[in-house]
Amino acid sequence: MTAPHSLQHRHLHQHGSSRIHQFTPQAKLAGLFAFVIVVALTPREAVVALLLDACVLAIVVATARLRPGLVLGRLAAILPFITFAFFLPFVGDGEQVDVGPVALSVDGLWASWNIIAKATMGATASIIVTATTPIPDLLAGLTRLRVPNAIVGIIGFMFRYLDLIVDELARMRRAMVARGHDPRWLWQARPIASSAGALFVRTYERGERVHDAMAARGFTGAMPEIEPQTSARSEFLLALMPALLAALILGGVTLV
Amino acid sequence: MTAGASIEITGLSFAYPGSSRPVLDQLDMVVPAGERVAILGPNGSGKTTLALHLNGVLPLQAGTVSVGGLPLGHETLGEIRRKVGLVFQDANDQLFMHTVGEDVAFGPANLGLPRDEIEQRVTSALSAVSATHLADTTPHHLSGGEKRRAAIATVLSMDPDVLVLDEPTSGLDPVGRHELADLLATLPQTQVIITHDLPFALATCTRAVVLDDGHMCVDTDVETLLDDSELLAAHRLALPYGYRRTDTP
Repeated sequence: MTAPHSLQHRHLHQHGSSRIHQFTPQAKLAGLFAFVIVVALTPREAVVALLLDACVLAIVVATARLRPGLVLGRLAAILPFITFAFFLPFVGDGEQVDVGPVALSVDGLWASWNIIAKATMGATASIIVTATTPIPDLLAGLTRLRVPNAIVGIIGFMFRYLDLIVDELARMRRAMVARGHDPRWLWQARPIASSAGALFVRTYERGERVHDAMAARGFTGAMPEIEPQTSARSEFLLALMPALLAALILGGVTLV
Repeated sequence: MTAGASIEITGLSFAYPGSSRPVLDQLDMVVPAGERVAILGPNGSGKTTLALHLNGVLPLQAGTVSVGGLPLGHETLGEIRRKVGLVFQDANDQLFMHTVGEDVAFGPANLGLPRDEIEQRVTSALSAVSATHLADTTPHHLSGGEKRRAAIATVLSMDPDVLVLDEPTSGLDPVGRHELADLLATLPQTQVIITHDLPFALATCTRAVVLDDGHMCVDTDVETLLDDSELLAAHRLALPYGYRRTDTP
């Protein structure tokens, strides 16, 4: 199923016609999961293997014709999660190594490298999949990979209602601004905090109404799939190539 | 498209959990097959609660509801939901898929219909509301009038015998109201139209029922009701400023 242009979620999907764009979503998802697992299993000391894995990813990014700037920009999303990894060399104990005037923990350095390298590669692989697959196709792919309906439903509604929630928040903000609210400092953030509560309640109520509307049209808990789509085995094999390469690299490095 | 089915309601009472005040109180009503009836009344009179009962969204507490002779119950819920198309007040609640086409296909897919028939139903439902060109559009990008038409298509695709529309003109511009009235006039289903919009009720329905405090207070033809300003005022209803009954709505 090729999603129409209007559907390509403005937040994630990049229109394109590369080979990677044309893979079925389930093949891409299988390739993503397999690659992430192999990278996670690679020992942190296998620096060469991890660098080679990064090269494999770079090739996939190039094949998908994604701009490096776009990928790097989206990688910023993982910064809050890996910030603490930067501190590990300073707080780790055990053997120390002097870098200029600062003594760094060797174990902390390895832990920091491990987290940053693997998180960056996992996120890059996810960025490739989400940038080359429209969200509805991705959801259909998850269903075909037998991910439980409830989880697929939650992910789907999250994307569907992201725009509505952002609009709702914008309306509440406009209502505040219209009555002279002009927050510039942290201590003026109280109305924002309370509007977050109101936003939660409004979203919850909308959720109930949407469920009623679904029940009214015969919904019984499982999203019906209208257009089943199967992938050829060869396509799965191609999508699994990065993971297979990473596994070969891991095997090669371990044997050496 | 299926012609209408009758609706029979007897002794329907309902109170929301945590409230002792009944929203519907011993309500009796019959709507013959193919009739278009306007349900009018002030805010909080029980109109939306009644609409939610016609489709079995709210559980029956007391009384009976039957559609085309089929009583609403646990076993008949699926069939009742097929027979009764409920169009919600806020079209954003009704349109939750990623494209209008998928949303229109949602109901028939829940009925377990084969793919060819689903596609055929989507096409004919969208064409009935003149929205074929919107099939691939994401609902978020539609105007208020387009959303309303798409929402109606989502229930037409289930081939219903009865259409229940909750405040269908809310948020529509004057031309949108006219277009909606023209559209409803072309649909053969029995129609229950819940509205505050008296000119719209006149344009679409022959019969008017006024609900107030959970009771059916008035049951007459729309023209008679609109001519009785005292009766309207007694139930917090009023014609728009500058509107004369002889005007074309």
